[in-house]
Amino acid sequence: MTTASNTQSTLVTKEGKSLKEAITQANKAARNRALLLVMPLLIFLILTFVMPIIYMLIQAASNEEIPNYLPNTVEAIASWDESQSANGLPDEAVYAAMHKDLVAGRENRTIGKAAGVINRSVPGTRGQLIKSAKKAKKMEPPFKEALIADNPKWAELPFWRFIQRESGAFTINYFLKAVDRAYDKEGNIVQAKESNRVYLKIFLRTIIMSILITGMCVLLAYPVAYLLSISSVKKANLLMILVLLPFWTSLLVRTSAWMVLLGQQGVINETLIAIGLIDDSSRLSLIYNATGTFIAMVHILLPFMILPLYSVMKTINPSYLRAATSMGSHPFRAWWKVYFPLTLPGMAAGVILVFILAIGYYITPALLGGAEGIFISNLIADNMKGTTANFKIAMALASILLIGVLLLYWVFNKLVGVDRLKFG
Amino acid sequence: MALAKHAGIEQRIWHYAFLIICTLIFLFLIFPILVIIPLAFNAEPYFTFTEKMLTLNPDGYSLRWFHDLLGDADWRRSIGNSFFIAICSATIATGLGTIAALGLHRKEMPAKGLIMALLISPMIVPLIISAAALFSFYARVQLTNTFFGVILSHVVLGIPFVIITVTASLSGFDQSLIRASQSMGANQTRTFFKIIMPLLLPGVISGALFAFITSLDEVVLVNFLASAEQRTMPVKMFSGLRENISPTILALAVILVAISVALLLVLEGIRRRNEKLRGMSPS
Repeated sequence: MTTASNTQSTLVTKEGKSLKEAITQANKAARNRALLLVMPLLIFLILTFVMPIIYMLIQAASNEEIPNYLPNTVEAIASWDESQSANGLPDEAVYAAMHKDLVAGRENRTIGKAAGVINRSVPGTRGQLIKSAKKAKKMEPPFKEALIADNPKWAELPFWRFIQRESGAFTINYFLKAVDRAYDKEGNIVQAKESNRVYLKIFLRTIIMSILITGMCVLLAYPVAYLLSISSVKKANLLMILVLLPFWTSLLVRTSAWMVLLGQQGVINETLIAIGLIDDSSRLSLIYNATGTFIAMVHILLPFMILPLYSVMKTINPSYLRAATSMGSHPFRAWWKVYFPLTLPGMAAGVILVFILAIGYYITPALLGGAEGIFISNLIADNMKGTTANFKIAMALASILLIGVLLLYWVFNKLVGVDRLKFG
Repeated sequence: MALAKHAGIEQRIWHYAFLIICTLIFLFLIFPILVIIPLAFNAEPYFTFTEKMLTLNPDGYSLRWFHDLLGDADWRRSIGNSFFIAICSATIATGLGTIAALGLHRKEMPAKGLIMALLISPMIVPLIISAAALFSFYARVQLTNTFFGVILSHVVLGIPFVIITVTASLSGFDQSLIRASQSMGANQTRTFFKIIMPLLLPGVISGALFAFITSLDEVVLVNFLASAEQRTMPVKMFSGLRENISPTILALAVILVAISVALLLVLEGIRRRNEKLRGMSPS
């Protein structure tokens, strides 16, 4: 019986394939079926969400203006090295390229825009560019002498340093602006002028406010989650409605409710006056400042803290606490040493979730924050639309915020796991 | 929670202090939502309780703000837009999300964690960032200022909810039911419709409702992606709140609260039915 010894060494299926091979094949088929089900959504999300995000990150760092307006100069200036020549100025080839760009810029009317862009970073160059462009057609080579003779500013180094720095396909310019940094005349990165420092302050405020809001949410959520976890199921379900109703009520409704409550002529102020606690002249300013944003955001984000805390507390066996106290521990000590550590996973989940949601908040600070209660999201929005908008800065700010949020999301995923997110 | 009979005075004080604190926190949660309801029926254009309201005089109350809201063609159109966008986007998100959740649930699925994290990410990325990204990209492919673009963006927002609810109901799914069905001669299609679907349906419906309410409430993306033609109810409400808050907005707010309450009741009903179906005692 030779076949018998054969099957003993390698098992064979009915079709005559080795079993190992058949199993691998079946696994592969199962894998492909699973992938096939996920694929439509994955492709959809990549096209409608992931690609826009990547596009934004690239756009925030891409440099179009100078390479578009001065294509020849950008090419010629790449090899310029300040320390190689006597006075540090670029050579004739660069000036000739600039001359070519000036003539072209005047013909297709882009020189004004180019001058505007350059003038923003190297003040006082608008006239130099526009006036020289006007005369450029009549200039004779060598263009280095011709341009400098026309305007001595063509011999200034900061201008050329700027052009060289901004000639690449990518720039960190907008990111620098987003963190209140700028180049000085020598091309070093320094703090921006005091009047231009806006973003770092708001970034810092966003982080501090988010920490305060998260802290307050922990303080308020802890007792409530505890009460829910020790109540009977029936009672807990009833109390849960008080948590879930605000959770599922429109964000705008909750924000407008706080506007009604906190306003100068709002319910709180009117009530305090009616019962004589404050007079009409000393109404509390609870709205259009950081206080308003704080109160409303704690209210809005509180359920996100209660739910994960509750789901962890529910699983803690109450006999642990009883065991500790029966062995002579003071109730508080027992709570601190036994109960509290067991709730930490839920707390971590809630803290990260609330913090992530808080730093990206836009609607509530926009409506209740006034000037001193706004968050970084509001500055992103201001830079997207309106008269003072600068979309590149909006994208740079959004990119920085996104990187922060994704880092936190990664930590959340490591600690908690996204698959454990639940509602209600 | 009952206090033990032998509890000492110190424990009693702690216990009642704890209950009072909890009551105050619950009040903080629910009071702002309750307070706007009577104010929406205020006969005067104020945001405070008038004397007539406090004495429960019927003259103090009126439906004028609701008439204002529903009588205004602009408001009516934005409410219509909202429902149209929410229904379309919830339907697409539920379809794509349910199929994907079925795949994600299989144990042969490769890179499960990574894909899951990616599918949930629209919920985590701040809306203003999504708005900046979608605005720049959709403008490039000419999807801004179209209903299609707005609906696509809301499908993206709804997907995490569908994925979470459907995978949650799949995780409690007893796989042996499928084997039982197949061993008794049912083919795959029949097993899907007779066994998998009924058990999955609660998760799918909850996901759809979450996706629907998310879209119905969304301001930021529509604000940047839509023109006046696609303007939705929350966007109009948002700009109204920025300029000057009028009682008409409170009337709308009350309608929205009613929708949330209805939604919550449906979800609770689904949860109870689901527990019964799985043979657990309804709690």
